[in-house]
Amino acid sequence: MILEGTVHKFGRDVDTDVIIPARYLNTSEAAELGAHCMEDIDAEFVRRVRPGDIIVAAENFGCGSSREHAPVAIKAAGVSCVVAASFARIFYRNAINTGLPIVVCPQAAAAAQAGDRLRVDLAAGTVENVTRGTTYAAEPFPPFMQELIARGGLLPYVAARLKESGARG
Amino acid sequence: MAQTITEKILARAAGLDAVQPGQIIEAPVDLALANDITAPLAIAAFEEAGFEHVFDPAKVALVPDHFTPNKDVKSAGQAKILREFARKHALVNYFEVGRMGIEHVLLPEQGLVTQGDVIVGADSHTCTYGAVGAFSTGVGSTDFAAAMAWGKVWLRVPESFRFVYSGTVPKYITGKDLILHTIGLIGVDGALYQAMEFAGEAIAALSMEGRFTMCNMAIEAGAKSGVVAPDATTAAYVAGRAKRPGVVFASDADAVYARTLEIDVATLEPTVARPHLPANTSPAAALAGTTIDQVVIGSCTNGRLEDLRKAAEILRGRSVHPTVRLIILPGTQQVCLDAAADGTMQALIEAGGAFSTPTCGPCLGGHMGVLAAGERCVSTTNRNFVGRMGDVTSEVYLASPYVAAASAIAGHIATPEMVSSKGGGR
Repeated sequence: MILEGTVHKFGRDVDTDVIIPARYLNTSEAAELGAHCMEDIDAEFVRRVRPGDIIVAAENFGCGSSREHAPVAIKAAGVSCVVAASFARIFYRNAINTGLPIVVCPQAAAAAQAGDRLRVDLAAGTVENVTRGTTYAAEPFPPFMQELIARGGLLPYVAARLKESGARG
Repeated sequence: MAQTITEKILARAAGLDAVQPGQIIEAPVDLALANDITAPLAIAAFEEAGFEHVFDPAKVALVPDHFTPNKDVKSAGQAKILREFARKHALVNYFEVGRMGIEHVLLPEQGLVTQGDVIVGADSHTCTYGAVGAFSTGVGSTDFAAAMAWGKVWLRVPESFRFVYSGTVPKYITGKDLILHTIGLIGVDGALYQAMEFAGEAIAALSMEGRFTMCNMAIEAGAKSGVVAPDATTAAYVAGRAKRPGVVFASDADAVYARTLEIDVATLEPTVARPHLPANTSPAAALAGTTIDQVVIGSCTNGRLEDLRKAAEILRGRSVHPTVRLIILPGTQQVCLDAAADGTMQALIEAGGAFSTPTCGPCLGGHMGVLAAGERCVSTTNRNFVGRMGDVTSEVYLASPYVAAASAIAGHIATPEMVSSKGGGR
């Protein structure tokens, strides 16, 4: 899958409280969560973001709470992918589990500026900065996560595993 | 092969002789938990995936603690989803308002977590249970849904980061000061993906409450888990409490660590984390010019009886500063009863504090003490991110119950010594 969009640039330690403030966690509705995405770090974000745009951040993106509402809100806001130097671990798992594409690529994250066009090739594992004419290799997913993704995500994987053990038992 | 406590717990759970950092394992879970924020998403995912049964109704805990007692109509709807799911699946460990508590205070108190357990919770502060010698980590709603159905979790075995605290713990220095100081040293991603192992003579001398506080905040350094190897203090805590026999593990002397940090606590001062990261630490005494509007004492970090007693020790016979609001968030109903029985509650109320029912409430800007624009709060909670407790321009300073109580009297950030020498209050 190839994702192309305009960069929205953030710094390090972007926490889940600014990605989706807790005052909006009295709902699980994706569209409602998306309407408040990044509100406490950039109040204009949801008005500026266009479908397919890409969030680029430095280290430790998604630190803090376990709220899966964070990747849900980012996806619902129209963001196609998050490229960061590193991700906090619960956010990393949650992004995979909710189908939000994420890419670990410190060089691309450092070089990209707000407004640049990025083209992310998830299969090839590359991040191309179209504006600057540079291409970077992303860190590949660990083999187990690749298998999870290939099998449709965690819950389909677990359902298949339970079916297998049920058939055996 | 020499192993850390974390590796031993995970190897046993996975049915292996040994595990190594980086290895992917499947481990049966002894307990999976979620709350009124994270469970609704999980329940929707569980049902959408077509799962019909939870793997064990005694090993799934639902604790509606964040926006309860229901703060608004939408929150009431979220809590109702938990209640109905708990009834449908005959969950043994569903805790209703009036019998509940803040999950990470409640579940250890009820003996639902014990030594050697593997626990996953859809709440980032699930790492708290490492204090009893368990492996315990926070996950999202989908991982929790998978654990409810499957009874297992996939995990990447973390590298371990060992912290050795030496020296005698000075008066008014608590587990909170130790962990804030530690996060200040290594940063908010200083232990990213790792297990933080707390050891040394200062940890041996620390109460269970102090150990819970330290493990609770392991996530604030990016860690997967925090752990303290069980000792006599742990054994005394779980005795008569744990619902299952635990398994005690200890790290081998020659276990391999990604890093070891030695910290001398003898000269440690009461420590505060300034806005807007838990790693922005300063000695409390250096912030005495910082005036405050609110003080919160309690939460999953510091809402245990010992924490409230420490606050009462400072506040007994004194008065909360006229321009400060003091809110007490006890961890559980039992903490309320114990605080009522020993005079702690009375001392805090007489000083001018508002004593709440157990709830996460203001810690995450939910209810029961949300901050207005520009307001400043000293809080014994665990996060001080932008907008965490309310308006995006409000500020949170993280501190121990001693510093929080002293600050409530002074009207600015203060240490216990500062309020006792001034002889303030009544």
